[in-house]
Amino acid sequence: MSAAPVLRVSGVTKAFGEREVLRGVDLEVPEHRAVAVIGASGSGKSTLLRCADLLEEIDDGDIFLDGEVITDPMVDTVAVRRRLGLVFQAYNLFPHMNVIDNVMLGSVRAHGIERDEAERRARELLGRFGLEGRERDRPDDLSGGQQQRVAIVRAIAGSPRALLLDEITSALDPELVGEVLEAVRELKQEGMTMLIVTHEMSFAREVADEVCFLHDGRILERGPPAKVLESPERPETQQFLRRLLTAGRL
Amino acid sequence: MFKQSFPDVLEAFWFDVRMFVVVEVVVLVLGLAVALVRTTTAPALFPVRLLALGYVDVFRGIPTLLLVYLIGFGIPALELSGLPTSAVVLGGAALALSYGAYVSEVYRAGIVSVHRGQRDAARAIGLTEGQALRHVILPQAVRRVGPPLLNDFISLQKDIVLISVLGVAGEAFRVAQIDAASDFNYTPLIAAAICFLAITIPLARIVDRLSVGTGGVAR
Ligand SMILES: Nc1ncnc2c1ncn2[C@@H]1O[C@H](COP(=O)(O)OP(=O)(O)OP(=O)(O)O)[C@@H](O)[C@H]1O
Ligand SMILES: [Mg+2]
Repeated sequence: MSAAPVLRVSGVTKAFGEREVLRGVDLEVPEHRAVAVIGASGSGKSTLLRCADLLEEIDDGDIFLDGEVITDPMVDTVAVRRRLGLVFQAYNLFPHMNVIDNVMLGSVRAHGIERDEAERRARELLGRFGLEGRERDRPDDLSGGQQQRVAIVRAIAGSPRALLLDEITSALDPELVGEVLEAVRELKQEGMTMLIVTHEMSFAREVADEVCFLHDGRILERGPPAKVLESPERPETQQFLRRLLTAGRL
Repeated sequence: MFKQSFPDVLEAFWFDVRMFVVVEVVVLVLGLAVALVRTTTAPALFPVRLLALGYVDVFRGIPTLLLVYLIGFGIPALELSGLPTSAVVLGGAALALSYGAYVSEVYRAGIVSVHRGQRDAARAIGLTEGQALRHVILPQAVRRVGPPLLNDFISLQKDIVLISVLGVAGEAFRVAQIDAASDFNYTPLIAAAICFLAITIPLARIVDRLSVGTGGVAR
């Protein structure tokens, strides 16, 4: 028996009004592994990550973190979010704070770390992701790639058990994508457990241990990246990948 | 004539300024509290939200002068023990209730204008709802509504004169009015007008500068 997966999604359903977005999703992310979720726009990828971070309430099913159910009404949602990190497509940095305050806010307020210690750690992390010297800058003064790296640092500052990444390169100019993917590669090497929603297929092939194809609120196909991305079985997966190919994104 | 009446009016105006400061503080706190209630979404808070909505609708819908009359003369007429009867207190309360309703809407506009991704991000790093509000949403909201908030300051500063209808002695307009009536001379009224302008014009310039600062590309 291997240890429980860090994150486990089991039979999760979620509807917005009449619209069923997730219709029974099952997924496991074992420790130190990266699982990539691919799928068309509107297939429910962001919703899945938001449900996992308890930003949305699910209708049915369960989500487990380190074997504990986190979707029970009795669970303290704030405490769960402190054990997870989420990076948004649009960075969502706090524009009224400088870079280091963006990173330290959670450490100080959510994790109760002393300011000095939080600042030391924030500096170290920013330096590690090539942001040394930008600590006092406002997010607006940084490039998109730098902003997204700050957002990554902010998400990992609380030493999360797992990191959820929601299409973190799709708002970026093409020449800035590489530096952000490099940051994720580095996290993977350090053993960070990750659930990655992405449109970057070559990146998924490189860092993911498993790829899941989400279609119409269900995972239609899953497996090793080489298998799912190169010889998919389902016609829906084939069609999705073909469309990406013709759009020049593969 | 101007030299004679100006010290009287100025002294009375000093009363107006102090009155303004006290009422404004109450307005800012009351307005924020009402705005926070109105922007909650928890189903359990529905009755409080309804109450806040009712307050805003009623107190924004009644002309301020009428409200000063209603509260300033109506409350003492009830002859209930425990309620204040001082014209200064009742007049101040009427102004605070009226402006609190306006200002709560200004705050609320600021709060809802902060992108929902900001609240998501704040919660995602593990902040509680209260911390998200305090450290992420409100600082951005208040920055955006600085100019309209200051505009309401200016109106309130002028509307302090309304409490003169309750016979508050020592209010600048009333003092000027009495002085003017006693010897058929408008000079005291002009002195009072100058006093108000001395405060409202600098405030207006601050609004201008803030408006430039928050618009366009400038941060
Ligand atoms: N808060 C909400 N209220 C109503 N509908 C929503 C809400 N959030 C998402 N949806 C709907 O749910 C569906 C799935 O949205 P979601 O954002 O999860 O898709 P996605 O796979 O992330 O798409 P994209 O690739 O464009 O980001 C969409 O049809 C969307 O309109
Ligand atoms: Mg999405």
